[in-house]
Amino acid sequence: MTVAFAFEVGLAALLVAIAAWAIAVRNAFTAVVVFVVYGLLLAIVWVTLSAIDLALTEAAIGSGLTGALLLGAAARLRPTETPSTAECPSAILRLAAALLSATVAAALAAGVLFLPDPTPTLAPAAAANAAATGLGNPITNVLMAFRAMDTMLEKVVLLLALVGAWSIASDRLSGERSDPRRQADPDGVLAFFARLLPPVGIVVGIYILWVGADHPGGAFQAGTILAAMWLLVLMAGLTVAPPMSCRWLRLILVAGPVVFLVVGLGGLWMGAAFLAYPPAFAKPLILAIEVAMTLTIAVTLGLLAGAPEREW
Amino acid sequence: MNLVLNILTVCAVSAGAFFFMAGTIGLLRFPDALTRLHALTKADNLGLGLIILGVLLRVAEPLIALKLVSVWLLVQLSGAIVTQLIAGVVRQRGLNA
Amino acid sequence: MANFLFGSAAFVLAMVALGLFRILFGPTEADRMMAAQLVGTGGVAVLLLMAVATETPPIVDVALMLALLAAFVSITFVKGAFGSKIENPRRP
Repeated sequence: MTVAFAFEVGLAALLVAIAAWAIAVRNAFTAVVVFVVYGLLLAIVWVTLSAIDLALTEAAIGSGLTGALLLGAAARLRPTETPSTAECPSAILRLAAALLSATVAAALAAGVLFLPDPTPTLAPAAAANAAATGLGNPITNVLMAFRAMDTMLEKVVLLLALVGAWSIASDRLSGERSDPRRQADPDGVLAFFARLLPPVGIVVGIYILWVGADHPGGAFQAGTILAAMWLLVLMAGLTVAPPMSCRWLRLILVAGPVVFLVVGLGGLWMGAAFLAYPPAFAKPLILAIEVAMTLTIAVTLGLLAGAPEREW
Repeated sequence: MNLVLNILTVCAVSAGAFFFMAGTIGLLRFPDALTRLHALTKADNLGLGLIILGVLLRVAEPLIALKLVSVWLLVQLSGAIVTQLIAGVVRQRGLNA
Repeated sequence: MANFLFGSAAFVLAMVALGLFRILFGPTEADRMMAAQLVGTGGVAVLLLMAVATETPPIVDVALMLALLAAFVSITFVKGAFGSKIENPRRP
């Protein structure tokens, strides 16, 4: 038993304990904090499995946005917390839920443990065709070239999610929002942080986007960092979230999918296939799509996780 | 030269791990939230700084060294900010809220 | 050397786990707010040790991201606990 193996076993045990805790705890706020801790530990697990791109995404989403989103939801549910903890689901229901979860977990474990040897995988094929786009990171190749259709549709789904959230929001929020700048303390600690960190965050975000071509990174992680920086500025009260009717906001929101669609249709028009890149221009085209996608993701995630419109 | 670097790395990382342990002991033993906050941010940050020092001795490229130093500065900054904010919460709600 | 670094990473992880169980059981809400900061600092240490032990530089990027965003949960929590009067309710 090597030290690395012992480390991984310890990490797995800690992860299971934290997961059980997140389910068992009663208070909603504590549950959210434990869940965020679980996400951060999961990022370390991805690193031990050599999935660095996944670890980047998990660290980005799990720490910043999940926390903001779930805490906002927990605060909104606070009036209902007392009556809902009073009504406890029956023992049979809980037993059934436990059995179902255990069965799914066992099925997943069996699937992983009894994989045929050698495992069927497309990784060698993806690595062998890397010359098609000239990018060094195989994950970016798969996301932006070989399965570009999936990525484009995911961005459309993200946009639809935001439209759904907007359509449920009350009408008074679709116009001007009340100005939280009155409530923020401009000399306070949070305002200082919100002035100091975003420039650093923007540089790191652009770096992650740029380095995603040849090393782990990419548009989604970069967009998440930018969204988190925007959320920080919103929470500090240094600026106001733009209303839904704002023209440039809507332009940025659709920029990602639209650029993707235009490039895809361009490939079709030039006679090859939908989303086929001409080999000479593959890298600049992919970069242009990624930049547009980063902006769209940043704004969408920022609005979805957004600062609460009223005090908790 | 390699041996000296290795010894330095081992010393720095061990010292860092020791300070992490000190921070955790503080977390376990200190009586209230404010003192626990101190143990968390001061001792753990020092431990992280020593670990980064040990790791710095082993990197090849200057870009990675720059990233390591930025990581340390960022963790210090966020630790300081979080300390102030949480202390403000404790001050407003009292020590046993 | 790699074994030593992995061992230190395991040790730091154990310290983080101990600290976690203490502050998540802690009596006040302020304790809970510290959890993300603890895991952030400890997680960064573990990731950097692993980056050097396995000689994989991209892991440093993950640590950078974690360092950047670790404070967010605590900030959101504090903001909600306070509402508008977030800092110094009395100014001299």
